[in-house]
Amino acid sequence: MAVDARQPNSESAGSRKQKSPANMLFRALGAVCCGAILLLMAGILLELLSNSQMSIRTFGWRFLTSAAWDPVVSKFGALSSIYGTIVSTLIALVVAVPMSLVVALFLVELAPKKLAGVFGTAIELLAAIPSIIYGMWGLFVFAPFMADHIQPALQRWFGAGPLFSGPPMGIGMLTAGMILALMILPFISSVMRDVLQMVPPVIKESAYGLGATTWEVTKDVSIPYGLRGMMGAIFLGLGRAIGETMAVTFVIGNDHKLATSLFASGNTIASTLANEFTEASEPLYLSSLVELGLALFLITAVFQIIAQLWLRYADRNGGAR
Amino acid sequence: MRQRSIVQRRMVNAAITFIAGSAALLGIFMLVWLLVTVLGRGATAINWEFLTTLPKSAGSVGGGLANAIVGTLMITVLATLIGVPVGLMAGIYLAEFGRDSKYAGAVRFVAGIMMGAPSIVIGLFVYTLLVVRMGSFSGIAGAVALAIIMLPIVTRTSEDMLKLVPNQLRESALALGAPEHKMIFQVVFRAAKSGLITGVILAVARVSGETAPLLFTTLNSPYWNASMQGPTANLTVTIFNYAMSPYADWQAKAWGASLLIMAGVLFLNLTARLLARDRKSG
Repeated sequence: MAVDARQPNSESAGSRKQKSPANMLFRALGAVCCGAILLLMAGILLELLSNSQMSIRTFGWRFLTSAAWDPVVSKFGALSSIYGTIVSTLIALVVAVPMSLVVALFLVELAPKKLAGVFGTAIELLAAIPSIIYGMWGLFVFAPFMADHIQPALQRWFGAGPLFSGPPMGIGMLTAGMILALMILPFISSVMRDVLQMVPPVIKESAYGLGATTWEVTKDVSIPYGLRGMMGAIFLGLGRAIGETMAVTFVIGNDHKLATSLFASGNTIASTLANEFTEASEPLYLSSLVELGLALFLITAVFQIIAQLWLRYADRNGGAR
Repeated sequence: MRQRSIVQRRMVNAAITFIAGSAALLGIFMLVWLLVTVLGRGATAINWEFLTTLPKSAGSVGGGLANAIVGTLMITVLATLIGVPVGLMAGIYLAEFGRDSKYAGAVRFVAGIMMGAPSIVIGLFVYTLLVVRMGSFSGIAGAVALAIIMLPIVTRTSEDMLKLVPNQLRESALALGAPEHKMIFQVVFRAAKSGLITGVILAVARVSGETAPLLFTTLNSPYWNASMQGPTANLTVTIFNYAMSPYADWQAKAWGASLLIMAGVLFLNLTARLLARDRKSG
């Protein structure tokens, strides 16, 4: 306390020092609990690395570039899982990002205030619904709907082509991407809404005062002002989509093959783990699955690090601008 | 700058408003569709038998998920008992002692990465750490996995909540001669109480619907398992198994279980919101 008085501008409470045993113990306990977080992170890396040793030694880098996945002859390659993870995440982002933006705009700029309040709360609650429920709904309700209506329509409009060839079965890469999009939509749009709400009213009012229309204010004032925050929201949504297990496993078809058609079934790293882990009896099979998990962990960690650095950079540059 | 007539600009504005409005409504419609489906199909599956009896063998109609309901509650409570105290202490350290130190910065950074780690990877980690070493799947291992997912969330939210407490309060307590731990528990905690509770409730809500980390830690079981050693019944893995099964009765039960989980999670979220609102007005 005395130290704080000497540094009136410092908000740091860390400079306080009390040397009674109870206090030291308390402080140490806090430091240990923080250490638990660091230890767990190191533990996750070490456990996954050591348990995937057999697979890493056997396949080397070929593990990442081979699409062969055949437990019967003990051949394992992650390519189809990695490909499926990337494609389903891309579909999810392509659908969810523009939708989230307009939902956020709708809530902040267009909807009447009372309606916006109700919708805003509803969307935040939807972001909390467990992913397994999205997955189950996808399997029983949305996949048949895709097969009966959306997929035939896509084939009619765009022709079969490389993307939309094959029978419209409902289950497959496209449906998985759509379910992922639906799952991250409430999440991204509620963050985007918060960002748009932080735009100071004065700036918007001055644009309106110059005669700008609502869309012009949004396009030229609100979006540029909140761009960094919105990018942060997209990164967080991306992180969720990449590692999502349950929403995808139900509807992707779980097939280890590389197909250009979005109607074909495929798999992602997470869905492969969910489907095959408890069946894996061979040590090499198990080890390959752990290596898949390691790859997924590293991919999400990289995105997390980029997102954190980005947000820190955005903070330093005066928040939103 | 290109000049455009006011009529043209108004038309663009109206068109965009229309597109944005209909896209927003489409998104909201899809989400309402999902809610209505779960409510409708779930409500028809839930009855007294569903809530109070054990599951019957595959293919036979009837039975319930009483063991899974209790199992999910037990696993979530155990995870909370492990994750919350550790997370709270870590949050206290970051907010009160560590602040700008390098150690605190590193912990924050790593907690951020852990928050983004896919829950299935945490399940994999607990499998190699506990299930392999203890030699069996168990409810305890599942609870540990959920606790690991909770830990960084509780840490970060409690740090944020504690930081909202004005420094003058701390200084007054210390000036009265209170030791730091008393200052924190009797003064700072009281000031941040509803915020901390809100954070904890949201963390519990987050993990209570998790499936992926339980798939290969807790597994599932058709029996009662009060000790949580060995495979333990739980709602989310039951949903996964039953929904993938070919039996219509099991699929109906999966909808019932989904409704229970959804209602639980929404209830926790609404409680947290009410608490947060009280904080703002009070």
